[in-house]
Amino acid sequence: MILTNLVRQLIAMAVAMLVPAGLWAETSLTIGYLKIAQPRPPTLSNLDPVPEDSGFAGARTGLQDNLTTGKFLDQTYELITAAVGEGEDPLAAAREMLAATPYLVIDASAADLLNIADLPEASTALLFNVSAGAPDLRSGNCRANVLHTAASDAMRTDALAQVLVQKRWDDLVMIVGTHAADQSYAEAMRRSLTKFGLRLEGEKTWVFDADMRRNAAQEVPLFTQDFGDYDALILADEVHDFGRYVLYNTWAARPVVGSEGLSAVAWSPVIEQWGAAQLQSRFTAQNGREMNAQDYAAWAALRTLGEAVTRTNASDVATLRGYILSEEFELAGFKGRPLSYRDWNGQLRQPIAVAHPRALVAQAPLEGFLHQVNEMDSLGLDRPESMCEVFE
Amino acid sequence: MIRIAVTFALMAPAAIAGEIWVTNEKDDTISVISTETLEVIQTYETGERPRGIIFSRDYSRVYICASDSNTVQVMDPETGKILNDLPSGDDPEQFVLHPNDRHLYIANEDDAITTVVDTETRKVIAQIDVGVEPEGMAVSPDGKIAITTSETTNMAHWIDTETQKLFANTLVDSRPRHAEFVKDGTEMWVSAEIGGTITVFSTADQTELAKIEFAVQGVHPDRIQPVGFEFTAGDTHAFVALGPSNHVAVVNAETYEVEDYILVGRRVWHMAFNADRSLLFTTNGVSGDVTVIDVAARKAIKSIKVGRFPWGAAFRPTD
Repeated sequence: MILTNLVRQLIAMAVAMLVPAGLWAETSLTIGYLKIAQPRPPTLSNLDPVPEDSGFAGARTGLQDNLTTGKFLDQTYELITAAVGEGEDPLAAAREMLAATPYLVIDASAADLLNIADLPEASTALLFNVSAGAPDLRSGNCRANVLHTAASDAMRTDALAQVLVQKRWDDLVMIVGTHAADQSYAEAMRRSLTKFGLRLEGEKTWVFDADMRRNAAQEVPLFTQDFGDYDALILADEVHDFGRYVLYNTWAARPVVGSEGLSAVAWSPVIEQWGAAQLQSRFTAQNGREMNAQDYAAWAALRTLGEAVTRTNASDVATLRGYILSEEFELAGFKGRPLSYRDWNGQLRQPIAVAHPRALVAQAPLEGFLHQVNEMDSLGLDRPESMCEVFE
Repeated sequence: MIRIAVTFALMAPAAIAGEIWVTNEKDDTISVISTETLEVIQTYETGERPRGIIFSRDYSRVYICASDSNTVQVMDPETGKILNDLPSGDDPEQFVLHPNDRHLYIANEDDAITTVVDTETRKVIAQIDVGVEPEGMAVSPDGKIAITTSETTNMAHWIDTETQKLFANTLVDSRPRHAEFVKDGTEMWVSAEIGGTITVFSTADQTELAKIEFAVQGVHPDRIQPVGFEFTAGDTHAFVALGPSNHVAVVNAETYEVEDYILVGRRVWHMAFNADRSLLFTTNGVSGDVTVIDVAARKAIKSIKVGRFPWGAAFRPTD
């Protein structure tokens, strides 16, 4: 992994113009995609490897969409990429990229993201977070130059909580993994359960260090036996270590939700309504695999910039950022509602799918969860809940 | 007394007997509804995922976009037999028949292309690059201009049918779905599903004349998603399907004001009139039925169960 060098992907843009020049002068936008490797803890199973190009593939599809639109308007886009291996300096790569463009799409941990956002070179940049779900980044630790197309953990746990409320599964227990991501998810889940008036009757930490593939059938029933009776079991296993071995092995015959089983996700291959089938097939044709939530976040970041350029015909950060955060902005994101940005913390407002690996079960916000401004703001940190002040 | 009068009006035979043909996207069938009895009288099998449907001028053939079969099928409407397939490009969704009764303009949703097919020679005569996810299709009454709307590019592309090249591209709101030329082709209307609007263009110079917005009481604006629309006789009023808001809007085409909203089935998509345009049939995808609207009374009078996910609708006279 020695990939700090900048890989330039110049997409051919000499598209024959069939269009009268009209009012539109040529506008071009360079967007950087920066991937900073995050150490991945070992998991019990290797059944589902994370694709090498997770996220970037979505940016590529978003770029294609922008280029197709841009050719009718004399607007061109270029995507440059850089990948930083473990142990290498993310800030040097970020500086190098910021010298080329102020528009960065960043796949990094919350800590690296904040370090980049706080670089002096980034003060006039516009960064898109496509992977970090920490609610803190949308609250006390928000940055005015960072927008989040990745859904926050809080949006996902709120979506799941709405389904639990609707199904009246209000007596809940939770198993939490030991990794930071598991803890963060569990924290978001506790907040959501309180927010929607649900009860967490029991909680256990996953402590096994045995190989569950061999003995899940013996261990998990015993481990879950002392939960007693409950309506649903929540798994906080965001690294997908043990969760898959809990399903169908619990003492009580109850549904499993959270990180496995019924999950709240920003995108899933099972989404086909609202024109999503077109995006799925376009993505699969271009990238040879199914589209995941990180791909969707990167696609949304590229399309956000594309939409802003299309509507303003500008390429400067002040104009595009202003437009993106304004009420005029709307992105058709294949989720049945126009997507927009929360002007208090830069989070992309979006419906959240609640799905299992084979089908969509519900899409939050669910009917009946009302909000005085926008029902989608019933998911995640609403204006009064967020402590972010740098956007005002 | 009023009820009796209405019932009587419904029973009165329409001037011309006819049928509404409805494509069922997730059943791979067509349901044929009698405009007299308001019942399904026939079901025909089609290729995979039938969506757009249109009749030849003399109604001797019906063209069907079989999207997942990547073809346009030509069916004999008397027998339901598939006569032949037409090359259509990949994933044909919507199309329109040129007034010459010969050229089909087809939106290839997955390929960002509009394909022009000669239905007699069964050959592709042009493929035109358009925006991402082309969908809505229209041809001006004089046949000189064809329109493709592209859902993700958010444009109406204006095609010169002489040269088969684009001569203008006009931005509209998000996810444009359907286009129609009206008032003898002087105006061109485009609905935008996610934008929630209809934009009215002047055909002569492609400038925007008006933008129509919708508001249904008790329905969040995000769910008001205009898709298909059709015009009453004389193009005085437009009936606009508003998708998941489950309403059809009635728009005064002179003032561009919305006059009424009619509650119909779930996720209302496209529609077709009967012969004298006294009845309107809307396809309701999620509820799997067709709502019959009494146009004069502006009221839904019946739901007719059809196949899964009814999508397109077209009228055929049988007299």
